[in-house]
Amino acid sequence: MSLEFLIASAIGVLVAGGVYLALRARTFQVVLGLTLLSYAINLFLFASGRLIVDRPPLYAKDVADYADPLPQALVLTAIVITFGMTALTVILSLRSFLESGTDQVDGDAALDEDRIL
Amino acid sequence: MALLLLTCLPFVAALVLGTGASAPRRVHVAIAGGASAAGLALLLTLAPAVLAGARPAVRIAWVPALGLDFSLWLDPLGLLFAGLILGIGLLVVIYAAGYLASAERTGRFLSFLMLFQGAMVGIALSANILLMLVFWELTSLSSFLLIGFWRDRADARQGARMALAVTGGGGLALIAGMLLLGQAAGSYELADILARGDVVRASPLYPAILVLVLLGAFTKSAQFPFHFWLPHAMAAPTPVSAYLHSATMVKAGVFLLARLWPVLAGSELWAALVAITGLVTMVFGAAVALFRHDLKAILAYSTISQLGMIMMLLGFGTPGAAAAAVLHVLNHAAFKAALFMVAGNVDHETGTRDLRRLGGLAVLMPLTATLGTLAAAAMAGLPPLGGFLSKEMMLEESLHARLGAGSWLLPALATLGALLSAAYSFRLAVALFFGERRTGEVAAPHDPGLAMLLPPAVLAMAALGFGVLPMMLAEPIVTAAAGAVTLGQAPHLHLALWHGLNPALALSAIALGCGALLLWRLPLVATWAARRRAPDAKRLFDAALDAIVRGVRRASGIVHRPSLQRYLLALFAVVVVLGIDGALVSGIHAGSRPTLPASLAAVVTWVALIAATLAVVVAQRRRFLALVFISVIGLVVALAFVHLSAPDLALTQIAVEVVTIILLLLALHLLPDAPARLSSMPRRIRDIAVGAVAGIGAGWLAWAMMTREAVESISAYHWANSYKGGGGTNVVNVTLVDFRAFDTLGEIIVLGIAGLAIFALLEPADRGTAGRRLREWREDMAHSPERHPMMFVMATRLLLPLALLVGIYIFLRGHNQPGGGFIAALVFSIAILLQYLASGFDWTDERRRIGEHPLIAWGVLIAAATGLGALLFGAPFLSSSFGYFHLPLIGEFELATAMLFDLGVAAVVVGAVMMALAQLSHVAQRAARQSDGEGA
Repeated sequence: MSLEFLIASAIGVLVAGGVYLALRARTFQVVLGLTLLSYAINLFLFASGRLIVDRPPLYAKDVADYADPLPQALVLTAIVITFGMTALTVILSLRSFLESGTDQVDGDAALDEDRIL
Repeated sequence: MALLLLTCLPFVAALVLGTGASAPRRVHVAIAGGASAAGLALLLTLAPAVLAGARPAVRIAWVPALGLDFSLWLDPLGLLFAGLILGIGLLVVIYAAGYLASAERTGRFLSFLMLFQGAMVGIALSANILLMLVFWELTSLSSFLLIGFWRDRADARQGARMALAVTGGGGLALIAGMLLLGQAAGSYELADILARGDVVRASPLYPAILVLVLLGAFTKSAQFPFHFWLPHAMAAPTPVSAYLHSATMVKAGVFLLARLWPVLAGSELWAALVAITGLVTMVFGAAVALFRHDLKAILAYSTISQLGMIMMLLGFGTPGAAAAAVLHVLNHAAFKAALFMVAGNVDHETGTRDLRRLGGLAVLMPLTATLGTLAAAAMAGLPPLGGFLSKEMMLEESLHARLGAGSWLLPALATLGALLSAAYSFRLAVALFFGERRTGEVAAPHDPGLAMLLPPAVLAMAALGFGVLPMMLAEPIVTAAAGAVTLGQAPHLHLALWHGLNPALALSAIALGCGALLLWRLPLVATWAARRRAPDAKRLFDAALDAIVRGVRRASGIVHRPSLQRYLLALFAVVVVLGIDGALVSGIHAGSRPTLPASLAAVVTWVALIAATLAVVVAQRRRFLALVFISVIGLVVALAFVHLSAPDLALTQIAVEVVTIILLLLALHLLPDAPARLSSMPRRIRDIAVGAVAGIGAGWLAWAMMTREAVESISAYHWANSYKGGGGTNVVNVTLVDFRAFDTLGEIIVLGIAGLAIFALLEPADRGTAGRRLREWREDMAHSPERHPMMFVMATRLLLPLALLVGIYIFLRGHNQPGGGFIAALVFSIAILLQYLASGFDWTDERRRIGEHPLIAWGVLIAAATGLGALLFGAPFLSSSFGYFHLPLIGEFELATAMLFDLGVAAVVVGAVMMALAQLSHVAQRAARQSDGEGA
């Protein structure tokens, strides 16, 4: 087995799990799904620089072989932004739970509420 | 230059009036009147040159790629209309000063009026049809504000809305028509278009252009069947009616057709559509006006009728008829504005506008009565007033019109229109000023003050003057304007009251005589007319509007379901379909790049990741368990980064993992823990299928990418210049704070905004429904009675300085070794979070000196200021500079401006992370305390 296969299959499994969870009917599962998808996307972006072992992108004169620094820089900010996004989604779902009394996102709960009103 | 000033003056006045609404009324009137007077004076200084043939123009490129230029010109037609707009505008401002009650907000009113005036002047002076559209829309909007000025009245609001819906809808059609016209003519400049009339008429687009432009003009000029908004617009204050519905707003449609007359007129279709619409409108409006009792309603329907007459004349398509149309524009503006003001005077002094409750006012209000009678006589077409001249010309043209040539029908209907006009004009004057004395709400009404008499007097004198001295007062401008309408084909007018005995005179006499007769026998006719039930246009309009709203609601109800699942499913499905399509088109075979062998450790961690992912899916409803598995995945991803030469990423990932899990734990504290399953089995199978396809696709895509050679990227440049140009050996960090610092700046701003949004979401969470739910919240899990275990508290307090030191160390070395602002900030945040966890919210919050808001704000400011600092030294935004210094004891060290930037980054990250977590724990804390308090 190659490292490339491990990464590619990990991305695949994370995406599959993420998509499935994002399609669930409650906010928390959706957040979990988005988290899984974020892992997968960050890994994918990182892998676009190709894999290399033990060659961190630290500059030295005589080094010719090095990990691609650009995807790393992009992914670094992506990880932090992912946190921002997750935090906002979590807070949003919490507030909507507090406002509406339900954590469902399939629309059925909202319809129930309408009928009561 | 003068043209720019002319156009901008009303807008400047509107702005001044709008901002200075608290100034006394005198000041408001002085500003609005002064602006109108100045504009008029400026126009008059330009007038002699324009009448002599000059065409002052100014053109400023605006969006040249679209053919949209700020292009103005002044020709006799524009001069005539701008003169009417500014002249009557001035009189209306004076009149309004007397009319509006002292409690009205004159600043606001006159501001709207000036806005409208500017828009109308803009239409008159536009030399670019796209620019004209802009002003056209502005008249619709500003007239909406004016009609609905008394916004506490329902009829005013409805009237304003209806006017906006009808004229705005026509405006949409006009936009399409103008765009097509520009396409057919190859230019949006009016001068070019006017020169290419033949090209436009020969174009296959011509019928569409004509119909769309006519829709715009007919709705604006209240032509049948779009007339119904005008009577409802009478809910406006009377000065507005006098302005909008005599000289300006409703004349905009007439102006548009006169402007485009050389291009669009001359075809069978034009004659059929415009002349017949005008004719129908003329007769219909006059007939309705005859049976109304509300003064302003009579005037509204008479306006519809008179506009119909002008439209019909334009529709005849002959130069003579066009000249008659121009003359009538002038006449109508004078007598109709005067009549509206007279109606306003009567309403103002007697408290009613109902003809049935008024009569014999000539004795009580002699001046008003004189002016009213004079203006009504002009409207009836009595000699020696101006209205007589244009009516005779109209009848004359109807005898010669090509439309239905030789038929007696057209002259007969034109005469009928004139007859009805005469009848309602007579009725207005007779019923109001003569006969039995009826004085409405008050016992003894009297003439109003000078401000309300002077403007109608000026207008009535003009209406008289156009008849008595036509060659001096009207001929020059009418001839020149008619020449501009017809591109010089108009005959030289000889305006005189007496043209000898001719058929037109006979028709005119018939109209006047029968009109008087009709008035005498009106009660008979009225009972007959009352039995005819006309459809109520307002009800039809309202019903149509309701039907549209219902239809749109239903359509959006079908598309917009309150279900996130549907949207996400559609999103994922589209991505999958697009991905498959892309794979089929361009191929997605794996490459031949050599792969790296996986160590046993790598395989084991991979197995852990796969297992954890599956476990998350399986345990999704047991939420705390799912979180544990999520953290396993994060850990494995961080390990992968370590293994694959990305130390910075590994550090970031592990730190973010910690705060994310804490955040989710806090949120779970308040969310339901293990909810019931909602999805049905088929739905789960469907979602598993979608997930599987997406996963296989993404995995294969990653595989195909990694097994192909990387394309040449900019990375090599980053690598080569990192040390030389950026002064750092950690290429990732140098990329973040130097090469791509602009990205980073944008990113921390986004992060800051996310932090503020979280604050905005949680701050008010303890009020309203959310607050009630929060107070009802009960602890659903047993936990240790000891809230803050001693060991934990002591350990974290000892750790705090150490953790902060580690953070500073990571920050300082970031430029050359793995680390930097992002990671340091996360370490800082975790150190502080530990205090919250161990010692409790209150203890920690008391000891924190800096809030999250200043952190975010200062962080963004520091980062931006660092970038701007580079500009001071002539370097591009966000260039960094660095140098090496030597200090005793510490030794050689480096300072770079990039570190300052990194400091800003760190501040924002700490601020945003703490905002999310501290706010959330604050809410949780309040809920828990509530729960405890009630439990105890």
